[in-house]
Amino acid sequence: MKFIDEYRDVELAKKLVSKIKQLSTRPTRLMEFCGGHTVSIMMNGIRQLLPPTVEMLSGPGCPVCVTANADIDKAIALAHLPDVIITTFGDMMKVPGSYSSLQQARAGKADIRIVYSTQDALQIARDNPTQSVIFIGIGFETTAPTIAASILQSENEGIRNFYVLCLSKLCPPIMKALLDLGELKLDGIVCPGHVSAIIGSRPYEFIPRNYGVACVVSGFEALDILQSIALLVEQIESGKPTVEIAYRRVVSPEGNKTALDLMESVFEIGSADWRGIGVVPASGLKLRRKFERFDAEQAFSVTLEPVREAKGCICGDILRGVKTPNDCKLFRKVCTPEHPVGPCMVSSEGSCSAYYQYGTDYE
Amino acid sequence: MNDETILLAHGSGSRLSHELIEKNFLPSLANPLLAKLDDSAVLDFNGRLAFTTDSYVVSPIFFPGGDIGRLAVCGTINDLAMSGATPLYLSLSFIIEEGLTLSKLAKVVRSIKAAAEEAGVKIITGDTKVVNRESADKLFINTSGIGIVPEGIDISGANAKVGDKIILSGAIGDHGIAVMSQREGLKFSVPVRSDCAPLSKLVSQMLEASSQIHCMRDPTRGGLATTLNELASQSKVGIRIEEGNIPAHDGVRAACELLGFDPLYVANEGKLIAMVAPSDAEKVLAIMKRNRYGTEASIIGEVTDEHKGKVIMRTRLGTSRIVDMLIGELLPRIC
Repeated sequence: MKFIDEYRDVELAKKLVSKIKQLSTRPTRLMEFCGGHTVSIMMNGIRQLLPPTVEMLSGPGCPVCVTANADIDKAIALAHLPDVIITTFGDMMKVPGSYSSLQQARAGKADIRIVYSTQDALQIARDNPTQSVIFIGIGFETTAPTIAASILQSENEGIRNFYVLCLSKLCPPIMKALLDLGELKLDGIVCPGHVSAIIGSRPYEFIPRNYGVACVVSGFEALDILQSIALLVEQIESGKPTVEIAYRRVVSPEGNKTALDLMESVFEIGSADWRGIGVVPASGLKLRRKFERFDAEQAFSVTLEPVREAKGCICGDILRGVKTPNDCKLFRKVCTPEHPVGPCMVSSEGSCSAYYQYGTDYE
Repeated sequence: MNDETILLAHGSGSRLSHELIEKNFLPSLANPLLAKLDDSAVLDFNGRLAFTTDSYVVSPIFFPGGDIGRLAVCGTINDLAMSGATPLYLSLSFIIEEGLTLSKLAKVVRSIKAAAEEAGVKIITGDTKVVNRESADKLFINTSGIGIVPEGIDISGANAKVGDKIILSGAIGDHGIAVMSQREGLKFSVPVRSDCAPLSKLVSQMLEASSQIHCMRDPTRGGLATTLNELASQSKVGIRIEEGNIPAHDGVRAACELLGFDPLYVANEGKLIAMVAPSDAEKVLAIMKRNRYGTEASIIGEVTDEHKGKVIMRTRLGTSRIVDMLIGELLPRIC
């Protein structure tokens, strides 16, 4: 399979592994920020290839997982309003909020529809002019441009019944928040691939400069990740942390200008509530004043019960990288993909789901 | 050309119902037992019987490499064959949506005839119902099958033994991807055709070659991964497989890449896995490779006494990972 098999070449992988082993002389702690990377690392068993000096932690880069219970509760409350159709990515359906999930709300007669893009949501709005269609706008810089596009399109077409529950989050600010917490003592970060396709690699430059932490933007194949780890170890061993791109086929330093302009025209920076971390200023997106009529939070008022966290669930600690799924008492016992307790077991990019599906340390 | 369609009256027991059977089913499928048109077929039997049933609701009903008719015959034959039985007779029951064209129905009946003839089984009883538009999707088929299990054959999902070699009869994922690409209108440079096939002759050749075949199963819905997990837990053993030894055609791999599927979880309709004592594994493999439905067969792993109830795969990179059952739903209505 051309253009894929090349990135899975076993001989090249072996060379990269021996390079990492040669380069690494001291304990090195790396974090793969993105859930897509966590899945690839687990699926390929990459931890098993690394020398004992190199430790990989999994980060908060799963948009479903970092959505706070308060926001899920809000989405469910909106779903129960009369004449409202909720549109959402499928992964959100099973995520438990404080009291129930969107899936349970749907079973209770709420009109909730799974969509694959904001375009699908917009079409549902066109098809149902007498109802209010709310898109649950979770995601990072990868999905924000598509939400922006749907709002502009809605404005141009004069669609009056389309709204967004604006939960978009930004990656570099949360990396800063994690580094400021200082819990992890990171030496390097495997930076997200698709997010960086939009924002470029420049927004990570403060990380080596201010925190002395190495950064490499990585693709998702086994070779991409091994190469990124090799580059990180090289930077760390040489004492010269910087930002490098090991995913040149997709990512440039400047990012995607069209997408960035689109985001800029519709959104401004605001605070965001992150599961396990809390409300972090300037780490999310909110609609600019000009577009506030699309804001579901402004257009509809809902009363919410106090937020509750599931007893025993450590998704928050897992998202901060301070614990792994194997540290959780519920993991594999009470919390499984069929009966998830926390969001990290629900999302296909969640750490718990990846560890559950591929981890060999199951005893 | 004016293509006649199925009317509700075709299922009402009226003259039209009889016409449907006499004109459309009997000419293709006739044999002395069916032609009697009695309320039930009466058979003489000696020995141990195997009996199975399955309903087929695939959408679309025609797909590259097969159709719902071929599927309905092969699926039931294969379920019989996997218990070591020689399939002999099938029942055939149609639920038809009003408005299906007779030419489409005829095409399905021709496929049924061809698949049954290929496998040497006879259709000996049947039924037809017609339901209102949208009460069914074009055509649903149920087939039940009976076969005889030869003396001395004891094959079961619970019989895998530590040390057994695991043989897979060919490349995985063809059926699931063929059906889905037809449904979604996806086109790939290497077209994927369903592997839908009757495996009874392959199985009888295997059983002739060796008395040391402990388990057989066809990895249909849920794919190879799910079937291996079922066998590991039924037999209370561990299973270790080699990623590099599991064949999948390029079209399937490309489609899976594109759609985010793992071929290990994609359905097959003409593949089997067999757990065979190590002494006989190469012999059975050689026999399988000579059959048209086993040319790409390979030994993909073995049964171990470690990690009981679990399937572990050695990846191409030499690392290990768990291979779990399919969680949730991969593709709607593929069989």
